[in-house]
Amino acid sequence: MSQATIDADAKPESLGVGADHPDYLRADSGLRSWLLTKDHKRIALMFYVGVILFLGLGGVFALVLRTELLTPEQTFIDANTYNQMFTLHGITMVWLFMIPAIPTVFGNFVLPIMLGAKDLAFPRINLASFYVYVLSAIILLGAMLAGGADTGWTFYVPYSTTSPTAVTWMGIGIFVNGISSIMTSVNFIVTTHTMRAKGMSWHRMPLFVWASYATSIIILFATPVLGMSLVLIALDHALGLTLFNPRYGGDPVLFQHLFWFYSHPAVYIMILPAFGVISEVVCSFSHNKPASYRAIAYSSLGIAFIGFFTWGHHMFVAGLSEFDAGVFGALSMFVGIFSAIKVFTWVATLRGGSISFATPMLYFLWFLFLFVFGGMTGVAVATQSLDVHWHDTYFVVAHFHFIMVGGTLTSFLAGAHYWFPKMFGRLYDERVGLLTSVAVFIGFVFTFLPQFLLGNGGMPRRYFTYPERYQWLNVLSTGGAWLLGAGLILALGNLLVALKWGKRAGPNPWGSRSFEWITASPPSKHNFEETPEIERSAYEYTLSEEVARERAKAR
Amino acid sequence: MSAQRLVEQFETLEKQDHAARLAMWMFLGSETLLFGALFASYGYYRGMYPSGFVQALHHNSVALGTTNTVVLITSSFTVALGVHFIRENKARLAAGLLALSTAFGAVFLVVKGFEYAHHIHENALPAGMYSFVDQPPAGVVLGYTLYWFMTALHGLHVIAGMIMLAVVAVLCWKGRYGTHRYVAVENVGLYWHLVDVVWIFLWPLFYLTD
Repeated sequence: MSQATIDADAKPESLGVGADHPDYLRADSGLRSWLLTKDHKRIALMFYVGVILFLGLGGVFALVLRTELLTPEQTFIDANTYNQMFTLHGITMVWLFMIPAIPTVFGNFVLPIMLGAKDLAFPRINLASFYVYVLSAIILLGAMLAGGADTGWTFYVPYSTTSPTAVTWMGIGIFVNGISSIMTSVNFIVTTHTMRAKGMSWHRMPLFVWASYATSIIILFATPVLGMSLVLIALDHALGLTLFNPRYGGDPVLFQHLFWFYSHPAVYIMILPAFGVISEVVCSFSHNKPASYRAIAYSSLGIAFIGFFTWGHHMFVAGLSEFDAGVFGALSMFVGIFSAIKVFTWVATLRGGSISFATPMLYFLWFLFLFVFGGMTGVAVATQSLDVHWHDTYFVVAHFHFIMVGGTLTSFLAGAHYWFPKMFGRLYDERVGLLTSVAVFIGFVFTFLPQFLLGNGGMPRRYFTYPERYQWLNVLSTGGAWLLGAGLILALGNLLVALKWGKRAGPNPWGSRSFEWITASPPSKHNFEETPEIERSAYEYTLSEEVARERAKAR
Repeated sequence: MSAQRLVEQFETLEKQDHAARLAMWMFLGSETLLFGALFASYGYYRGMYPSGFVQALHHNSVALGTTNTVVLITSSFTVALGVHFIRENKARLAAGLLALSTAFGAVFLVVKGFEYAHHIHENALPAGMYSFVDQPPAGVVLGYTLYWFMTALHGLHVIAGMIMLAVVAVLCWKGRYGTHRYVAVENVGLYWHLVDVVWIFLWPLFYLTD
């Protein structure tokens, strides 16, 4: 086989690079070949199964919550169970779904291929990361069965240290989960630095790689602080070894500082990979280069950096001085600037493009609406005077769900549809895909838009009952949640059906110029038999094969 | 020999070794923040209870703390020599130096153990070990608690470092490492230097500033 050359117009093999070798799904068989695999694509699929299971579990918790809130008084669970449900919903969704979802599934699968590499730098660490994730999931599930937790996902002291539930094991589980995140992020950073193919300069990398890189840096420096805080909580809960108990002069607010020093950057751990997916989708489906590559790439780094200095906006009512709160508020608004740069660049990318409305593109539009809405309310809650009114109300719940679910979940779904042909070599049913996408969007808006109104009207979060005047909005929200759940199940069903019965996909069904699409669908075990030479960036939709070749010769 | 250890995803051994080194530096950066949370708590509480901390630190023996500092710095020196000699293919000499460094780690732990025993004897204990009647003033307990947490976490890192040093020492002795292959030895050395550097910060905070 001759040296593979990356260029969409050049078609040395119409089935894609590596099509004459067995694909990664069939290269080895047997359970052992999966459980002990070092192939980044197989590890990605194992993570895929894990995060989907936990999305389902977290979703069930959410539906229990929403169903309970259907009536002003007790509907079908008692107050303690309700406290457990919102805590477990938060823990499951944050640590077992959202933080690992996009990096470990799509990042693991496409990042090495995008760089022209045969695997990540450390395949064994990658596999170990999966098993550490599984271990953390087992610990957390065990803790849920052995008493659960009723502290909220934030574990605020002093309640978390005296709660009769299994807080210790929750803390340990989340600590172990952090080890898995750090392993994956070290792998991504090192891979991006050392394994780019010849000719792949930093500014030719697909934007998804930039986003994953920025995410990995945040994970690396924020996760250990959370790990330490939760170890302190676990020690306190189990042994009374406390740093936060006022009896010994400790300050409970210090815990909030440590917790949010991680957990605010964690918000960007969840949303930056989503930005990466969105950048790929918008370029591929408008067949256009990004309006400004550097604006998108660097604003991710900007968010990663500024995200470490905004944690105080979670603590406006925790006794922060007015001056400090003002500084934290202003710094938080920088995130709004960087996000707006991205949003405008994505929208400008559409201009002059040849747009095709496939399911991922539709998810991009939902993302755009929900993210801008969630982002604008984010700027509002970063304003001290407004936040004092909205703090701990449903307004905040609606705000972060617009970003987390509206941003991260829609991009996860966009990625799930966009890379489906690459991952499994089949096409999903486009009509069902579009319909489920609409269901997800409508369900989402009905779930969370009323919550803005509830919060503004004064309904506090984490309450089990409420005055009757809030009922109609709660009923809307609950109905929306069920529709959202149904939409997600149908979307999953559509993809599962396509696994077996979908039409065979070519190497590049979307006509994308990003590098993962030059490999066969699904890719062969080693992605590329020989390391490719890169002659162009990932978005040069107007560059012909001849010009690209000339460029390579000139170099 | 060298061609065999090149794994398939890398093109050259230089890149592969560079990747291993870079990963270690990234991991050490992450470790720094693990201690960073506790250093931040120390700064916060020391600012709140200056005299309580001074009182708590009186229990620490400057002589023992300084001895341990000398022991760790010497061990870092022997680790650096070990890395130097493995690069020059003097594997047995390197193995001896790494083993000596492991022994220095053990000396550190023994001294630390005597200190801990002394603290327990003097009832200088972390929070949660007191009844209401025998509890020292607020800031003092926080000083003790941070002392125990931070030195114990550091002690765990010493143990982890010793295990790694012992493993590479044995492998050096068996001839696995040499001029052709030494990045693992370098990485273990880097880890040991981090353990040392953390102690260099703990030493003034807990022994020299009462």
